Amino acid sequence: MAKHTLIAIVEDKPGVLNRVSSLFRRRGFNIDSIAVGHSEVAGLSRMTIVVDGTATSVEQVRKQLDKLIDVVKVTDITEDSMLGRELALIKVKATAATRSEIIQIVDIFRANIVDVAADSLMVEVTGDEDKLDSLYQLLQGFGIKEIARTGRIAMTRGAAGPILVNEEKPRRVGVRPKKTKSTDEISNL
Amino acid sequence: MKLSGAQILCESLLKEGVEVMFGFPGGAVLPFYDALYDYSQLRHILVRHEQGAAHAADGYARVSGKVGVCVATSGPGATNLVTGIAGAYLDSSPIIAITGQVARAFVGKDAFQEIDITGITLPITKHNYLVMAAADMAGVVQEAFHIASTGRPGPVLIDIPRDVFIEEAEFRYPARVNLRGYKPTLQGHPTQIKKAAKLINEAGRPLIIAGRGVLISGASSHLKELAEKAQIPVATTLLGISSFPESHVLSLGMLGMHGMAHANMAVGAADLIIAIGMRFDDRATGKVSGFAPHAQVIHIDIDPAEIGKNVRVDVPIVGDLKNILETLNGEVAPQNHVEWVSQIEEWQMEHPSTVIREMESILPQYVVRQIYELTNGDAIVVTGVGQNQMWAAHYFQYNRPNTLVSCGGLGPMGFELPAAVGAKVGCPEETVWCIAGDGGFQMTIQELGTIAQENLAVKIAILNNGFLGMVRQWQELFYKRRYMATPLSGPDFVKVAEAYGIAATRVTDRIGVIPAIHRAMEHQGPFLIDFQVEPEENVYPMVPPGAAISEILEQPREEVIAR
Repeated sequence: MAKHTLIAIVEDKPGVLNRVSSLFRRRGFNIDSIAVGHSEVAGLSRMTIVVDGTATSVEQVRKQLDKLIDVVKVTDITEDSMLGRELALIKVKATAATRSEIIQIVDIFRANIVDVAADSLMVEVTGDEDKLDSLYQLLQGFGIKEIARTGRIAMTRGAAGPILVNEEKPRRVGVRPKKTKSTDEISNL
Repeated sequence: MKLSGAQILCESLLKEGVEVMFGFPGGAVLPFYDALYDYSQLRHILVRHEQGAAHAADGYARVSGKVGVCVATSGPGATNLVTGIAGAYLDSSPIIAITGQVARAFVGKDAFQEIDITGITLPITKHNYLVMAAADMAGVVQEAFHIASTGRPGPVLIDIPRDVFIEEAEFRYPARVNLRGYKPTLQGHPTQIKKAAKLINEAGRPLIIAGRGVLISGASSHLKELAEKAQIPVATTLLGISSFPESHVLSLGMLGMHGMAHANMAVGAADLIIAIGMRFDDRATGKVSGFAPHAQVIHIDIDPAEIGKNVRVDVPIVGDLKNILETLNGEVAPQNHVEWVSQIEEWQMEHPSTVIREMESILPQYVVRQIYELTNGDAIVVTGVGQNQMWAAHYFQYNRPNTLVSCGGLGPMGFELPAAVGAKVGCPEETVWCIAGDGGFQMTIQELGTIAQENLAVKIAILNNGFLGMVRQWQELFYKRRYMATPLSGPDFVKVAEAYGIAATRVTDRIGVIPAIHRAMEHQGPFLIDFQVEPEENVYPMVPPGAAISEILEQPREEVIAR
């Protein structure tokens, strides 16, 4: 079992998130996190899905997702060189005595104080999960009032981005559509 | 010129070549029915329950190769379709379900007869649509037919609010479909085909397992060519029956839970499995760890998600079977597997799976065999689910593609009668025999009304044993004969048929079987025969649930000797 990061490019239509999440539930796959936003192409959204599972089961997830009509492309970028980021907002208790200590910790993590109140501070932090977890643990000592975390969003480094979806040109009949990884060639099943 | 949404729907259906639909009207879908009044080219068959509409569309699609269409109103009309849609989904049958919906302003308000049918059918459709503007109608219908009928076929539902039927828009049928998220792979990868050919050429004990994909792709002749060229025996799944002529010397018949003993033994001994258009369903494989333990596996299927889903695969090939087999047949060398084939024949002699005992009473197997003999096998057989289904699979020999219509994946009792309606409408020139159990028949018995109204010459054989037979069999074998809720009474089926204006007869002893079948065949219209069969007859061979495919329960010896 390992965490896999899947990027799905999907049609920006009502109900698409439901189709995706319904598929996970129906097939018994566990979603760690899912983050959705616009992509670089109008009319297409980008989902970053983190799933826990064996290579075989995640490959099954990927293929089942690919079968959804509204899913244009799915890529498992776990093995690629990639950057994963999360964003968190943390509201931490702060008194006159603790405020400066909190600010110091926040600085070390290159996080920002985005709101100040009489008895609390709001911290904004981005980074990978480990960084966010560490900061959270350190701030716990002061008392956490509230936390909001996004799921992971991810992108492959350099020019190797497999995600780009070209606008479709008319295709000759019978030509095999190109995919990043040919499903025929996966022999480790 | 502007047309109403309902008219656009009718025009679009005509564009897609639709000739007939099975449906049941209601409030939300009424504007569509009103438009249909002016479209006599679109034949509408009124069913007696929406489940029947979906099964009929499914049966129609299976025999004709065309897309089946069913129609229902919102709410209960739509939910009644669900069983039929699920059946079509699991068996990859192309149907379009059109449902009325409450007017747009009421969607989401729990209005009268409002139900979220696109939500309900999300996991049992290949895709579904809620049409929110008449201007979208033509494009949606075109996409729906394209999705339903290409790649791995399946059901597509189109939900249409009442006021969208009424709203006017320009009718423009798009020149072609362009779905960027849907491009089925049709050509097999040449390298993979070469690898497969190499394995086939090197195999000593190869076995083909053919599934429904062969029928869907229209690849029966290619399958035959492969089997004959390399002399490979062919077993089929339940849904693969009729993809390979059962009279062929290389045919082993069906494999699996109620498969032929020698077919299952061949799976156990094979060194190469060539799985073609099948999905390794648990009813076909038995316990997966005990399935083909000595074999490498080639899996050819159009759906990449089926590769490696249930069974480990050595050489997967994704694409359309017809294309792939064409190339593969060119790469495969002519062979002989004399020893292997005669070994399987020996098993067949030692473990005969379809022996019919001599008895005074009527054995259901005997009834099916006689229907086969008297029709010369020249018929389409539509089955229910359970014992009748297995006997229909065992004792009728299927030699032409698409002559067995059976809902294998979902297994919905009550499929038989409405699916026979669809089959007869789809192939009016064919003789259609509906082989039913008395339990399943009572689930959709009301479709006798449809048969009578349309005067469809469906021949119905009820194997009436007074039990929910397959469940009773499991109770006998695995629950110490504690027959809980399986004995069932039925109406006088002959009287029921006659009340609908359908000719019928009852047969209570063996001598009456042949004359009754003759009578049914000679009768011009529909005909029903109530066969009072041996009540506690079991289906053999049987692989107990959860067991390996090689652990076969055969007909107890004393019963065989008693003949």
